[in-house]
Amino acid sequence: MLNIKTYVRVQSLEEAYDLCQKKNNVVLGGMLWLKMQRRSVGTAIDLSDLGLDQIEEDGDFYRLGAMVTLRTLELHPGLNELTQGALRESVRHIVGVQFRNLATVGGSLWGRFGFSDVLTVMLALDAQVELYHAGRMSLEAFTQLPRQQHDILTHVLIPKKVGRVVYLSQRNISTDFPTLTCALSRKDGAYTCVIGARPQMAQVYRDEKGLLSGGVTEETARAFGEDVAERATFGSSLRAGEEYRRNVCAVLVRRGLLAMEKEG
Amino acid sequence: MELKLTLNGRAVAASVEADTLLIDFLRAQGCLSVKRGCETANCGLCTVLMDGTPVLSCSVLALRAAGHHIQTLEGLQEEAADFAAFIADQGAEQCGFCNPGFVMNTVALLRENPDPTDDEIRAYLAGNLCRCSGYEGQLRGIRAYLDHKKGRG
Repeated sequence: MLNIKTYVRVQSLEEAYDLCQKKNNVVLGGMLWLKMQRRSVGTAIDLSDLGLDQIEEDGDFYRLGAMVTLRTLELHPGLNELTQGALRESVRHIVGVQFRNLATVGGSLWGRFGFSDVLTVMLALDAQVELYHAGRMSLEAFTQLPRQQHDILTHVLIPKKVGRVVYLSQRNISTDFPTLTCALSRKDGAYTCVIGARPQMAQVYRDEKGLLSGGVTEETARAFGEDVAERATFGSSLRAGEEYRRNVCAVLVRRGLLAMEKEG
Repeated sequence: MELKLTLNGRAVAASVEADTLLIDFLRAQGCLSVKRGCETANCGLCTVLMDGTPVLSCSVLALRAAGHHIQTLEGLQEEAADFAAFIADQGAEQCGFCNPGFVMNTVALLRENPDPTDDEIRAYLAGNLCRCSGYEGQLRGIRAYLDHKKGRG
């Protein structure tokens, strides 16, 4: 059960940053995961008054406040046109509309959850994050930081030049956690593949062997899918076994590449 | 801590703990249509509207609702009555436990999209679990209501 001693709706990021230096204080996102933990929180830090629920266009980027909900991502016309529906596809299976009206993009990325559809697609989009103290960095670099960061993720930046993007996931049943997530992008002729729910955190795999350098065909797509499945590490969990995930990975990567070429 | 919000059109002020969840606050205010089902934010049974948006009250701190307008089924009887009978007519309320959550989310759906397709209805209501009906009854009921409304219009 979650116990919270004090709740503060902060009026500035500075106030939030000062409060989050204490180990048992927590910055609230959508609270959906936090609420299910057995944990005692000193101060729950709510960013709701800081206007971080907006999506702005900022030069070459879409700049998303950390409190933007997954439902807002799902319905945003500009982002979905940019990503050819991949953002919508990545979140539409997550529980239900009421859940997605609460879950935030900041909370989804901050947690670096293994099961995260959002982390998977954002890595393929080459997104960046802004931390209040540490500043701006690539999302990929952020995923490598130690988890015990006393900082605040304030914004997520999605480049307006993303190229082609496809998102696929496998679930045992609709609305459940994914057993595997897969996002593919092609920008300036370079392919990026992201595999998540391995069940570990999503990881980026590039075409290191140049298997797709001659273009995507049924054969090269199959070869790249098998290559990623071989390179990636998988594990077993309640939802799926390691070998099953490896097999599904090869299939999703192949299907994703073929879908990308077909629609592109 | 002091909490002030608008509940079903009425200004409410109360003292709550920092970790009081909105569902518990609402039930303490007499809104017993808001029920706790799964405890894992999956079943949709505790759905309420916050500023018109459907949310899971089991996952919102009551204090986060400060200054907002909250609506529960108790405050939406008239709007819900318009289509709830169509759902009942299809036998979709076998035990009835999930019904308040379904009705609340259907209210939200029809406000957002007054003429949804069957796929849009299924997608919007995917976060409402029913262990009796297999969902077909609810879908038939909403479809019958929409067809009736079109016939009337």
